[in-house]
This record gives sequence, structure tokens and C-alpha cells, in this order.
Amino acid sequence: MVVSVQIAPPDFDRMFGALADPTRRDIVRRAIDGEEGVAELADHYPMSFAAVQKHVAILERAGLVTKERIGRRKVVRADLEGLRIARRLLDQYEGLWLGRIDRMTALVAPARKEPDR
Amino acid sequence: MTVTAVRKDPANLTMTLEAEFDVPPARVWQLWADPRQLERWWGPPTYPATVTAHDLRSGGRVEYHMTGPAGDKPRGYWEVVEADAPHRLVFRDGFANADGTPNTDMPLNDVKVIITELGGGRTRMSIASIFPDAAAMEQVLAMGMEQGLTEAVGQIDAILVERAVGSETRA
Repeated sequence: MVVSVQIAPPDFDRMFGALADPTRRDIVRRAIDGEEGVAELADHYPMSFAAVQKHVAILERAGLVTKERIGRRKVVRADLEGLRIARRLLDQYEGLWLGRIDRMTALVAPARKEPDR
Repeated sequence: MTVTAVRKDPANLTMTLEAEFDVPPARVWQLWADPRQLERWWGPPTYPATVTAHDLRSGGRVEYHMTGPAGDKPRGYWEVVEADAPHRLVFRDGFANADGTPNTDMPLNDVKVIITELGGGRTRMSIASIFPDAAAMEQVLAMGMEQGLTEAVGQIDAILVERAVGSETRA
């Protein structure tokens, strides 16, 4: 019936699943200005290097971060396109309902007085 | 000011929205219970809805189609799970085939509406919308509403940034 907005369909379940964890959301935030490797990231959290490595791997599989080699280091960088798509999906649904509320408000408006406060 | 809170829970694919209206609950209920009113807000201006069947009772069914700018007519239906006027409405929104039968290839979206009296002739309406999975949500978004949605998203970006304290005033 209608065309989808997405170019290549990302795995939304994986993406939202990955973002469901607060540590992983924090890792993504750091990875946005991201010049840190897994070892440096691990310093921010009260957990083992291995645990942080695992979180990064989950984010990587979800297409939210990538590991990039910069010289001799490997840094974790947010995949902004992936993030943008995840956010847009939820925002669009929200937008659908906000539009509906606007129209509802307009419909009931004639019955309504100006608030006297 | 209408929209007072929006919560998005990506992990559970749930969106909860609260809005307040300066009219009593019965008037807000009417927006759902009167098919002619429903038609005026369900679809975006670019995809107006036409309600062809409307039995808003527990176990009842609502049928509608939207009409797109290119003349496309996506069809949908609600299975009314619970209707308790003027306070509570629970329904399952699905897509239908051209003959009106449920399109089982398409996702369902559970919607729970709670209408509460605030006193002073004012009413709060909360809407919780739950998708079975993210792919379902994406499909719903892709169906027939792309243009209207894009417009709406443009308008609401500012609201999103300010996080939900409905900053827009309407005359």
C-alpha cells in the first residue's frame, strides 16, 4: 500500500533491546563524542572490563556503535544513523498521537470558555 | 495547554500520553463514541478516516478506512476489549483487507484509554499504546500515514525537546 520511510530495515527489536539497559545507554552517550576504547569506557563503571566489553558487543550487534581503529587504538563510536532511526521511530508514533490530541482539542474547543486564571 | 506528559518506554514498546481538556469526561468520551467525531481526529488531514461500523461496547467492533492523497484506502478495525463510558476504553487496533476481514499479516496495537474527571469541568485522558514488537510499530508507521506523520513530527519536535510540559497554547 505505501512505502516505508527506512532505506535498509534495521533490526528494531535488537536496537531497542540494546537501548533498554541504562549502562548501555550511557555507553552510547559517551560514544557520541567517543574517543574512548573499551578499556577507558570500563573505568566509568563499577563492573569488570569483560562486562563492559559485553555491553559494547551488544550495542555493536544492534548497529548502535562501531569500533574504529585510530592509529594504534580502537575507539568505540556511536553509529549516529542507527540512533537517529531508533529515535525517529518512537518520535513518529508519538507524533501521530500528538496530532490526534490536537485535533481532539480543536473539536471540543467551541464548548470551552477561556480559563479565568 | 493539552498534552501534559509523554512517556516512551522503548524496551517495552509502550507509549503513554496524558492530555487535559477543559470539558467534562462525557464530552471527551464523545470523541470516541460518536463515529462522526472520531472521523475528525483519527486520521491526519492528509489521511482522513471514514468510520463504516461503530459498536463501542465490550466485544464490539469498529471499522474504518483512511483515504490518502493518491486515493489509496488503507482499512482498519478495532476489536473493543472493554468499554465503560465515559471512563475506560480498551481496544485492539488492526489492519483489514479490502473485504474488511482482519489482515493477519499486519501487526496489532493495543490501546488503553483512561478518562478521569479533574473537577471544575476538566478532564484528563491517558492513552497507553503497546506494540507486540518493534517491527510491528514500524509497519504501523509505514502504513498510509507517512506524509501526515512527517508533518506532525515537524510540528512537535520542539515539544519533544522541552520534554512534555505542553508548551503550546491553543486559542
